[in-house]
Amino acid sequence: MLRKVLYIDLTKRESWVEERQGLFDQWMGGTGVGIKLLSEECPTGADPLSPEAPIILSIGPLNGVFPVATKAVATFKSPLTGELGESYAGGRLHLAMRFAGHEAIVIRGKAELPSYISINDAEVKIKDATSIWGIEAQTTGMILREREPGVGRRSIIRIGPAGEAQVRYAGVVVDTYRHFGRLGLGATFGSKNLKALAISGTETAEIPDARRYREVYNRLYSTAVQTDVMEKYHDIGTSVNISVLNWLKGLPTKNFQLSSFIDAEKISGEMFADNYLFRRLSCAGCPIGCVHIAALKSAFSPHHEFEVRKVSYDYEPIYSLGSNLGVNTAEGVLRLIDVCERMGLDVMSAGVVLSWATEAYERDLITPQETLGLPLQWNNVDGYIKALENIVKAPNEFYAALAKGVDYASARFGGQEFAMALGGNEVSGYHTGPASIVGQLVGVRHSHLDNAGYSIDQKAAKKQLDPEKMVDEIIKEDNSRGVFNSLVGCLFARGVYTEENIIDALGAVGITKTKEDLQTLGESIFEEKYKFKTREGFDLTRVRVPRRLFETVSTLGKVTPETVEEMLRLYRKKRGWS
Amino acid sequence: MGDAIAEKAKAEAKPRKRRRLKVAHPERCIGCLGCMFACSRIHTGQASLQDSAIKVVTQGGIEGDFRVVVCRGCENPPCVRACAAGALERKPDGSVVFHKDLCKACGKCEEACLVGAISLGKEGKPIKCMHCGACVDFCPHGVLQLEEVPA
Repeated sequence: MLRKVLYIDLTKRESWVEERQGLFDQWMGGTGVGIKLLSEECPTGADPLSPEAPIILSIGPLNGVFPVATKAVATFKSPLTGELGESYAGGRLHLAMRFAGHEAIVIRGKAELPSYISINDAEVKIKDATSIWGIEAQTTGMILREREPGVGRRSIIRIGPAGEAQVRYAGVVVDTYRHFGRLGLGATFGSKNLKALAISGTETAEIPDARRYREVYNRLYSTAVQTDVMEKYHDIGTSVNISVLNWLKGLPTKNFQLSSFIDAEKISGEMFADNYLFRRLSCAGCPIGCVHIAALKSAFSPHHEFEVRKVSYDYEPIYSLGSNLGVNTAEGVLRLIDVCERMGLDVMSAGVVLSWATEAYERDLITPQETLGLPLQWNNVDGYIKALENIVKAPNEFYAALAKGVDYASARFGGQEFAMALGGNEVSGYHTGPASIVGQLVGVRHSHLDNAGYSIDQKAAKKQLDPEKMVDEIIKEDNSRGVFNSLVGCLFARGVYTEENIIDALGAVGITKTKEDLQTLGESIFEEKYKFKTREGFDLTRVRVPRRLFETVSTLGKVTPETVEEMLRLYRKKRGWS
Repeated sequence: MGDAIAEKAKAEAKPRKRRRLKVAHPERCIGCLGCMFACSRIHTGQASLQDSAIKVVTQGGIEGDFRVVVCRGCENPPCVRACAAGALERKPDGSVVFHKDLCKACGKCEEACLVGAISLGKEGKPIKCMHCGACVDFCPHGVLQLEEVPA
């Protein structure tokens, strides 16, 4: 195992490697190492967009070695929430980091001029990017591919104009179709004058016991491909959930005014798969191929001249830019996703910001004067495209406010009761019940993936779960995901990595852990994250829940503020917080 | 004794065949690189892309089509002709074996193979596909097949 940290200082234009065996021994890798390095590197109260706020990229001991361990994690101080920023991306970054020999990369400072980082094995260069500043994320990738080595084994991560403009929910595009989407890593890149990072390597991951390695590999591989633990991702993909949640009354529609969409069928996963899907791809090391790519073909002249855009889609973007905006055509959804891809915006936050703006416009909280004459109305795809472009360009105070997220915009213009953020992060596409709300409130990064509250709600729809049981499940997921995200596995494959399989896989790469060790690690990682969050001002007793979540019927019926309060009280008690 | 002779005659009468790896459906590739990892894992016991004899190459990034590069098992292999040291040897059945100890790491075999099926490992010596088919089992979409061809 490598156990090294690469430090890059953009201000000083220096880089060096430090052996940090102890760090990896104690915190495993991925998110464990990420939070530890962030706590070390980031001064208390640092402005997230200042040179002193670092970016940490890290992978874990199974990446590049075992199947479906296909993610890398970015840890930073979020410019959106002002506290813990944590985002995961698939693609090839995990692999490129592994074979370049860097399990963790710390990026400090700020480059004087627009720059990009080029890493090829041990060679690290900070290169001029002034000529590509302002270029869309996709095109940036095309240009750097011509310049950088490592075809077929490299990763190129880059920002678009949104990151450069420091839109607080700008993302980083990873290998064209994957993203560090959430919590504004793109803005952090932009604040550092960092356009991109290209990485490739030729190292080998040394395995101590080849026989055991093959044996465990085969077991995990066949679990992934031959059993039904990943069935959902094989076929329609995550977007299969549009129909499911619509039926369950859990599909947020028109800014959560409704929990089912009358036109859900027109933007369902089945509709996309039957009419637009042209290709499926996989992250390196995963046999599933859940990355669904749609071909959006549109005529640009009456003479049979077409432009074809290749757009990746999933459940969340279809919710946020589809049902949530009342957009009732697959084409409309794809066009909106495409704009977010080009600009380098997080699709989820972008959709929720627009849905708040649409409702605020409807209620005359904002007027054409603010929108610069743009009618922000449900299903107005052309209008939304213009609005997204304006968010990046910020031509007036209104669009500049939208660029700071829905909490900020609603504090300025009103309508907080329907500003759909929890913990400062625009909400995900589940109005399933109290566990989803509480899960996102307490989650370390205020994401549905912190503890899958939406899934606990759905379980509760089948068999009665009292609030205490729900809280127990949330805590269990909080902790176990800390371990899995240290490896760094794909959460879609969490069914493959049972506790026993994790122990066996770690054993094969020479890391001995017991069940108890893993449980302790999960708890410690969670605590370390909360230490950082609290240090940076997060206070669970003062979280805001938009009233809308109590007004609109969910999968589990109407959620009451009392239930949420009771669950938060139980959560704090069980965590030992007074 | 008589049995042995009969067996030998029978073996000679049977048409001789060899196994050859074939990229049957390159357009079905999803870019998981499972074949490359299988090759290095099964032959070296390590996880490596460099040590794989099979390669999945992107053209224009993940947006473009994948090119799956495998040894074609040529009838008249240019890699063998390029090897002055005799380290690459064509057997009567048509298979090519690599004698590592004879290899001078000159890299001529790599240059000779137009499809790019030979790459050089850490010591500058070729990584040569043995047509064992280990990768076939780890291709989730049936891109690869092991076929039998006349020797």
